[in-house]
Amino acid sequence: MIENLKHIFGNKIIDYVKNYDIDTLVAKKEALIQMISFLKNEEKFDFLMDLFAIDYLGYPDKKFEHRYEIVYNLYSFENNKRLILKVPVTEENPSVDSIVSFYSSADWYEREAYDMYGIVFNGHPNLKRILMYEEFQGHPLRKDYPLKKRQPRIDLK
Amino acid sequence: MGLEKAFGESWVTSKMEFAINWARKFSFFNYPFVTACCGMEFMSTFASTYDIARFGAEFPRFSPRQADVLFVVGTVNQKMAPVLKRVYEQMIEPKWVVSFGVCATSGGFYDNYAVVDGIDKIIPVDVYIPGCPPRPQAVLDALVKLQQKVQKEKLV
Repeated sequence: MIENLKHIFGNKIIDYVKNYDIDTLVAKKEALIQMISFLKNEEKFDFLMDLFAIDYLGYPDKKFEHRYEIVYNLYSFENNKRLILKVPVTEENPSVDSIVSFYSSADWYEREAYDMYGIVFNGHPNLKRILMYEEFQGHPLRKDYPLKKRQPRIDLK
Repeated sequence: MGLEKAFGESWVTSKMEFAINWARKFSFFNYPFVTACCGMEFMSTFASTYDIARFGAEFPRFSPRQADVLFVVGTVNQKMAPVLKRVYEQMIEPKWVVSFGVCATSGGFYDNYAVVDGIDKIIPVDVYIPGCPPRPQAVLDALVKLQQKVQKEKLV
């Protein structure tokens, strides 16, 4: 499968490792939609188990330039296989294409990643905060959000 | 007093204030504002082993308009805070508030952007129960303390 992917996507795949017997791919975000489509339709990864973001600000021994990574955990019921797909996102342009059209479960995952990290998912049908209230400023799980910062409470309308 | 002598043993005299407070303290209708795991201990206090009914407070009303005591059980976060305030405002006088567990009392170990560090930042509190979660005995102790407080209240 990995040879197949490498053949099709070529230099769009930045890195490939096998962690704990699970295939882990790092791919460029331009190829995301194409790759998700391929994985879902051809490789039968029919279940999006999880989707989340990582903020690598201040990460020790960081060997890359980008700040965020979006992580897709895919599972195939048919082949009983897992795959982890990581997509690097830069600090200047924290956006990536939405995959809601492929996996409906991505809807709330992407809203959570937007709420907590400020990643914009292009093409998401309803991209607004899911956990924090609308008036909340900033994105609390970013590493540069002050730990002791408190925001004013908003009264009910 | 003289009245009892005059009318026989079927009469009891008391102060109005004492009688009303006595009636109030043994007939709390509580509103459980349960948001977290403390609710398990709260339920346990209601169940037969500890049996909060012995103190006359076994009747939960799930409308704040009918409740006397607001039990804030568990973590209250910033998004929930205005709702808690609205619930408190909807209760009619006389009303009391019990802060159940460390999260409601001080935010507990949650020291972050999401959690209110103590519900007394939002609403007045009569009795605090420490513990994570508190044992049912602590809840009953708090209830008795609240009863003592209610008994001492001035009506005028």
